[in-house]
Amino acid sequence: MNRVDVREAITQAHHEEWARVVAALTRRFGDLDIAEEAAAEAFAAAVERWPADGVPPNPGAWLTTTANRKAIDRIRRENKRDDKQKEAQLVYDDDPPEPPDAIDDERLRLIFTCCHPALAMEARVALTLRMVGGLTVPEIARAFLVQEATMGRRITRAKAKIKAARIPYRVPSAEDLPARVSGVLAVLFLVFNEGYLATGPDTDPVRHDLTAEAIRLTRLIRALMPDDGEVAGLLALMLLTEARRTARVSAGGELVALDEQDRGAWDAALVAEGHRLVRERLAAGVAPGRYQILAAINAVHTSVRDVHDTDWSQVVALYDQLVRLDPSPIIALNRAVAVAELDGPEVALAAVDRLEDKLAGYHAYHATRADLLRRLGRSQESRAAYDKAIELAGNTAETAYLTRRRDQLG
Amino acid sequence: MQYLVSVIDDKTGSATPTEMAAIDVFNDRLQAEGHWVFAGGLASPSAATVIDNRGGEALFTDGPFLETKEYIAGFWIIEAPDLDMAHKLAAEGSKACNRKVEVRPFL
Repeated sequence: MNRVDVREAITQAHHEEWARVVAALTRRFGDLDIAEEAAAEAFAAAVERWPADGVPPNPGAWLTTTANRKAIDRIRRENKRDDKQKEAQLVYDDDPPEPPDAIDDERLRLIFTCCHPALAMEARVALTLRMVGGLTVPEIARAFLVQEATMGRRITRAKAKIKAARIPYRVPSAEDLPARVSGVLAVLFLVFNEGYLATGPDTDPVRHDLTAEAIRLTRLIRALMPDDGEVAGLLALMLLTEARRTARVSAGGELVALDEQDRGAWDAALVAEGHRLVRERLAAGVAPGRYQILAAINAVHTSVRDVHDTDWSQVVALYDQLVRLDPSPIIALNRAVAVAELDGPEVALAAVDRLEDKLAGYHAYHATRADLLRRLGRSQESRAAYDKAIELAGNTAETAYLTRRRDQLG
Repeated sequence: MQYLVSVIDDKTGSATPTEMAAIDVFNDRLQAEGHWVFAGGLASPSAATVIDNRGGEALFTDGPFLETKEYIAGFWIIEAPDLDMAHKLAAEGSKACNRKVEVRPFL
């Protein structure tokens, strides 16, 4: 086996086995620190040994065994874990989950612990990427544009709180599950969006590493909870969004709006997979949650080859459904964009203007207004709205797009 | 595992009779289900004195150690197997006393 193959095998093992190794060690030793460190050491050992010894027939088993040994070494080495520290072990709930056929996978326990509502959102994101995703602290720090030391402290603090406050290592009870799953999905959606709409003046407009990681983790959760509609919905939403990634930014680094995208450049396989998930949820006949509705909206957009064939009444109907679930001004803004296509820019502008109080600081509010005013021939007002949008936008591709649209005004 | 559940208040004046009644019901439940350790209401922060005897001679300072808009008006110490249970109980406590609460684990 050549070097490239070994490197690929290690990368693949890291993707497939990291969370499993960390989760198994957390269960055995009741300590996230030990689990994380021993898993990292086991992968370092693989990098050192596999090129010479060859890739073991069962990489996962090799990694778990090696990590276990590293953890035991460390505990022996320290050998000063007094009773108090032993008491501080993670609370492991050995009761079988209810109902008896409910999901039980060590990795799910790990995910629910990392996404516990007692942790701040940014701590949940960091901890999930580290413990479940296997990203290194420098990688996570880079992804969120913070200093490595800051990110390291954030993760350390989160782990310390899990231990000190006794955040349990378990899948929540059936009664708490929907709320907790939606907390996990919020973490993954945030990671995805940070990749999709990366902010910062010197940042790539799309951070593929982050969108890919969010999709990978959502796929994992989907495999662990195949019957959960919102998990399927979020995965579909991510896939249908990711499918348009390359078409969404021009060679010159400018955002390409949905109506101007080269639809032939969309990733057909991702679109097909996303559509399959949306159809599966429709067939389930259960009232959809917000991710499922957002996925359905994206399915409508991605099901036609020509933007003029878009079924806007269907899009508006889905937004109406979404507004009932989530009456947030941002949803209302997106609904207005679809309304413009169905009922014309004047109707849409009236709806957008009603959102001023809540969205005056949001660049998309001004960008939407600018576009509607442009279509109504109100150039001067449109220009002012573009100026405001450019001032507020944080994504480099979006700024470039808005600037061009403004400069094209007559 | 024990948790301190502090009741956060920002107005003077103790609990209303309705709140007191709800707190009693909640306390009975804590005791019946084995979560009860201790609980009490506190006088307003203006009744506090800070004492510093680190220098050999005790210094007495009138008032709380921190002047804040919000302060601790009372507390429960509860026994719970983990934070999820502590959060559940604290949420019920918050409802009963009609105030925000803070959960903090004992070491």
